[in-house]
Amino acid sequence: MTILVIAEHDGKALAPATLNTVAAAAKIGGDIHVLVAGQGIGAVAEAAAKIAGVAKVLVADNAAYAHQLPENVAPLVAALVQVGGGAGYSHILAAATSNGKNILPRVAAQLDVDQISEIVSVISADTFTRPIYAGNAIATVQSTAPVKVITVRATGFDPVAAEGGSAAVEAIAAVHDAGTSSFVGEELAKSDRPELTAAKIVVSGGRGMQNGDNFKHLYSLADKLGAGVGASRAAVDAGFVPNDMQVGQTGKIVAPQLYIAVGISGAIQHLAGMKDSKVIVAINKDEEAPIFQVADYGLVADLFEAVPELERAI
Amino acid sequence: MKVLACIKRVVDYNVKVRVKADNSGVDLANVKMSINPFCEIAVEEAVRLKEKGVATEIVVVSIGPTTAQEQLRTALALGADRAILVESAEDLTSLAVAKLLKAVVDKEQPQLVILGKQAIDSDNNQTGQMLAALTGFGQGTFASKVEVAGDKVAVTREVDGGAQTVSLSLPAIITTDLRLNEPRYASLPNIMKAKKKPLEVLTPDALGVSTASTNKTLKVEAPAARSAGIKVKSVAELVEKLKNEAKVL
Repeated sequence: MTILVIAEHDGKALAPATLNTVAAAAKIGGDIHVLVAGQGIGAVAEAAAKIAGVAKVLVADNAAYAHQLPENVAPLVAALVQVGGGAGYSHILAAATSNGKNILPRVAAQLDVDQISEIVSVISADTFTRPIYAGNAIATVQSTAPVKVITVRATGFDPVAAEGGSAAVEAIAAVHDAGTSSFVGEELAKSDRPELTAAKIVVSGGRGMQNGDNFKHLYSLADKLGAGVGASRAAVDAGFVPNDMQVGQTGKIVAPQLYIAVGISGAIQHLAGMKDSKVIVAINKDEEAPIFQVADYGLVADLFEAVPELERAI
Repeated sequence: MKVLACIKRVVDYNVKVRVKADNSGVDLANVKMSINPFCEIAVEEAVRLKEKGVATEIVVVSIGPTTAQEQLRTALALGADRAILVESAEDLTSLAVAKLLKAVVDKEQPQLVILGKQAIDSDNNQTGQMLAALTGFGQGTFASKVEVAGDKVAVTREVDGGAQTVSLSLPAIITTDLRLNEPRYASLPNIMKAKKKPLEVLTPDALGVSTASTNKTLKVEAPAARSAGIKVKSVAELVEKLKNEAKVL
């Protein structure tokens, strides 16, 4: 068995989610290859070659892959599988990030197989578990596909070491350019704080923050803790903060050591994004808020008093 | 231009589902069913395109049981012109749904197909991308803004780092994210009018599509429950617990 992991990166650096995805591949067992597709991605390929347990790194460096447009990357991946009459790979894995979710179903359909989305554990080489209904049920799914196409929820797998490997690096010359899509631009949030899905501590705010300006209390607390800052869907929908901060069923899934929910009531879809955190703290003035049903430590208090006080106390 | 909006009948988002005792699935007997929230956003976007004069006809399509006609009628009340139900009582995978939608696309030849990014039951987030692969169209997934100009559509997408804009040649596939729009409520006159709008029922056999799957659900279980912890009385007590009991500070 040989498993192909599609590297998650932004063109400059390898994203940590790749290490969790390689960890899932290691649990399945077999040789692990990593595909890095993009343009000017030498540094990403070098980092991928150092990942513990990776046997080979395939590099597709071309303008057509510059922004990892799925119309161009999906045929590239499908072609790698179909090499030698389909004997190429037994599994294709990608992190369940916005890139992975965008590209992988397109690969699966091209290969005429069903995909298994967002696995959280590996039972065997063909059987996996995944949350459904916003995490209110866990399904065990078996795949009979000749090639199993899977996205991996990073929080389900401890990352492998980023260093220690010395994989061979191989360039792929094939260029797939469908010509149906082009990149126009992007507006990426700039922040010196840790990325939400990789942060050891996450401080999140909800509707109780009242407005975007009040998030400064959370940023200040987060900076003292070295934490990432998230938000509930209610806070994002209300325009307090941008969408990339949303934690929940359809936003980001986090599982930090410590999750501090501030002014968040605890809707099902929010809990789906954070209930696997090791320790959950809830600060809310409504003692009936559902968030207290999952919190290890609940504090019924006015957040505008409690948050500054917490910042001073640590 | 013709727009195809795709909807799925799912458990209402307010319902807290329970796993069946025999672990065969979740209990959907007598629970409220609705249009999947993301699909409702897809219908709304199609209606707004028509109001702007960009779309000329909106066809709403669903793949599902006979009862999905209720959700199609709702979409007609929201402003779709006619409906197609591809009737199947089976629990279909995203690939099977995408293949059926491909057959409908071949038949209807829309310039734009709008779907929800994910259904809140299976949480797959696959169908739109798969339909894009099968049709060979470009895909604008997780859309927060859609602008049609000439033979192109610019789609702003919600991505992990912020927002990305891509330009797609028409015909194209779009999947909706939460912030694309806020769906309207159907008015009573429109609900009445919707009853008279055409609703065509097809079958996978009639479309010549096999819905065979390579995935099999072996069992469905309740997740490990997280028990409620304790309430602390003060910030000082909280910090003490986090330092000495949980040891996370």
